[in-house]
Amino acid sequence: MTAETLLKVEGVETFYGNIRALAGVDVEVKKGEIVSLIGANGAGKSTLMMTICGSPQARTGTVTFDGQDITRMPTHHIARLRIAQSPEGRRIFPRMTVYENLQMGASLDNQKYFQEDVEKMFTLFPRLKERQFQRGGTLSGGEQQMLAIARALMARPKLLMLDEPSLGLAPLVSKQIFAAIKLLNEQQGLTVFLVEQNAFAALKLSHRAYVLVNGSITMSGSGAELLANPEVRAAYLEGGAH
Amino acid sequence: MATVTNPSAASTGSLTAKALREATFTAVMTFLMFALFIGLKTDQNMRNELILVPRWGMLAILVVIAFVGRFAMVAWLQPWRTASKAAKSAAPTVDEDAGFVKRNFSKLAILALVLYPPIILWIFGVQGSLKYIDNFGIQILIYVMLAWGLNIVVGLAGLLDLGYVAFYAVGAYSYALLSINFGFSFWILLPLAGILSAFWGIILGFPVLRLKGDYLAIVTLAFGEIIRLVLINWQDVTKGTFGISGIPKITLFGIPFDASPNGFAKMFHLAPSSAYYKVFLFYLILLLCLLTAFVTIRLRRLPIGRAWEALREDEIACRSLGINTVTTKLTAFAIGAMFGGFAGSFFAARQGFVSPESFVFLESAVILSMVVLGGMGSLTGIAIAAIAMVGGTELLREMDFLKHVFGPDFTPELYRMLIFGLAMVFMMLVRPRGFVGTREPTAFLFERKAVSGAFTKEGHG
Repeated sequence: MTAETLLKVEGVETFYGNIRALAGVDVEVKKGEIVSLIGANGAGKSTLMMTICGSPQARTGTVTFDGQDITRMPTHHIARLRIAQSPEGRRIFPRMTVYENLQMGASLDNQKYFQEDVEKMFTLFPRLKERQFQRGGTLSGGEQQMLAIARALMARPKLLMLDEPSLGLAPLVSKQIFAAIKLLNEQQGLTVFLVEQNAFAALKLSHRAYVLVNGSITMSGSGAELLANPEVRAAYLEGGAH
Repeated sequence: MATVTNPSAASTGSLTAKALREATFTAVMTFLMFALFIGLKTDQNMRNELILVPRWGMLAILVVIAFVGRFAMVAWLQPWRTASKAAKSAAPTVDEDAGFVKRNFSKLAILALVLYPPIILWIFGVQGSLKYIDNFGIQILIYVMLAWGLNIVVGLAGLLDLGYVAFYAVGAYSYALLSINFGFSFWILLPLAGILSAFWGIILGFPVLRLKGDYLAIVTLAFGEIIRLVLINWQDVTKGTFGISGIPKITLFGIPFDASPNGFAKMFHLAPSSAYYKVFLFYLILLLCLLTAFVTIRLRRLPIGRAWEALREDEIACRSLGINTVTTKLTAFAIGAMFGGFAGSFFAARQGFVSPESFVFLESAVILSMVVLGGMGSLTGIAIAAIAMVGGTELLREMDFLKHVFGPDFTPELYRMLIFGLAMVFMMLVRPRGFVGTREPTAFLFERKAVSGAFTKEGHG
């Protein structure tokens, strides 16, 4: 691909106190790509995602988004550059209605496209339309994940970052979620950076992927390449019913 | 249990037997437990000897209460509750059309409040109205305003503030000191007191930005105490515990409420009475309350209000959606404090006297319990809670007939906290989400639908 780079992470090291969670990570996401990051528990996947969002901030290295250095920017400024993040565990607003949740996502815009975007989200996830008056907390896990993604999309992001969208979901529901991500990417050219435990689904979906082990990238390549790679198969794919 | 939900003749008999059995057991347990505590009392006789005074009568009363209570519970209350629960779950949830009163509740309430002084004046006459307008009307409305102000911080933004009374104090002392020392009128000092309180709200907000929940509560509690201690100890300015007296009254756009020739009574050819001033104060605090409610309702629909509510729900999600949590928290503290300041300056003008005793922690606790009891975030519920709590205190003061029952030494208002405590425990058992547990959504596509309290987590609006 020759598309221009949207997100570039270079030599990033992140610490929690004295513990080094990321040991010099380099990741690049180009416009229009789906890039996924796979790895075991505690490899630092979520930390990398949170570091891109500026909380915690990287101790060394740089994060560049759309040609702008965002390493030392406060989180809410980064979000305003149209990096939408659906954090791990979904983190929807449980006591606000579905509709209000969507409105919170659009709060960066001057609400000009609000109605139009809400309709789009309801077309993408018809379940949300049925549930629009319900409180976020009363939705099922899959619906909450849909809401989290829809809320992130309401900001009309240039880059959508999803942390474990399949977490705690039934296989069929996570399939729906992945189908929606693929659709968004193909139809609207949305750039997606995906952190996943479900390596098989993630690799099948993505153009390129990185493997994170103990805070550093050990492998990278196209989704198909990594799927075929024996090491990846042994570590992340074999032994599970796919 | 089927036997309980459909009580037939046979099961009714067994139910009575069961109730009798359990009641007897409870009575025996009560007897054993209280025999030494209540049944025997150690006392001194004339020769300073320790003697045992038996109180079998009192013990018997307790045992009988326990017996009857347990019997009623098992025989009637429990079957009734299971039956009503079953009936509730069996009946389809009908979206019944709310009645006229329910739909227009707030409009009717405002109308009733506006008509309240004339009606009271008409019923009780000019002098007789003082008690009802001042003690019941103004006193309650001050607390309604304070509780609505605190509602912005606690109910909307979810920041547990135990030191809210500090802002009330700042407002009251701002008015007292500035009006006495510089002679400014109430109308200039009202906004100024609000601004000063808001400023103190921000000062409190900065150090507690990172704190949440219990930790935040402790720091705000300390803040409230610091303000009170400063008021006590900074004697050059605040006159310490003596307080500041002789605070000027409020004028109606320059017309004073006194017996002077150009006073209100003379001007309108009315018999001189302090009741007119009270009626004026009543309308003034009513206006201030309505302002608070109006601002709260408007803010909830604006991005800042929605950000507050989102902040209450999830701070990390807020940040990842581009909300600046620092300014969001500070504005919540500042605006909540501002209304506390308004109420404070009104309080100072109404009393004509302020001292640190009016701003003890108990006040914060009372205001907070109004917010919690009313249902966090619900203006109507909070107003009802304020009326119940402040009005209840005043009512207890009125209950002189109790002296005939319990003897002349009995002062009902001393039992106020006991009664409130019990009432609160009971309320939280029956309606854990407060009087009004539903939350009105601020955004909707086609129609507005209130979200049932059944979907809300306990303790949240």
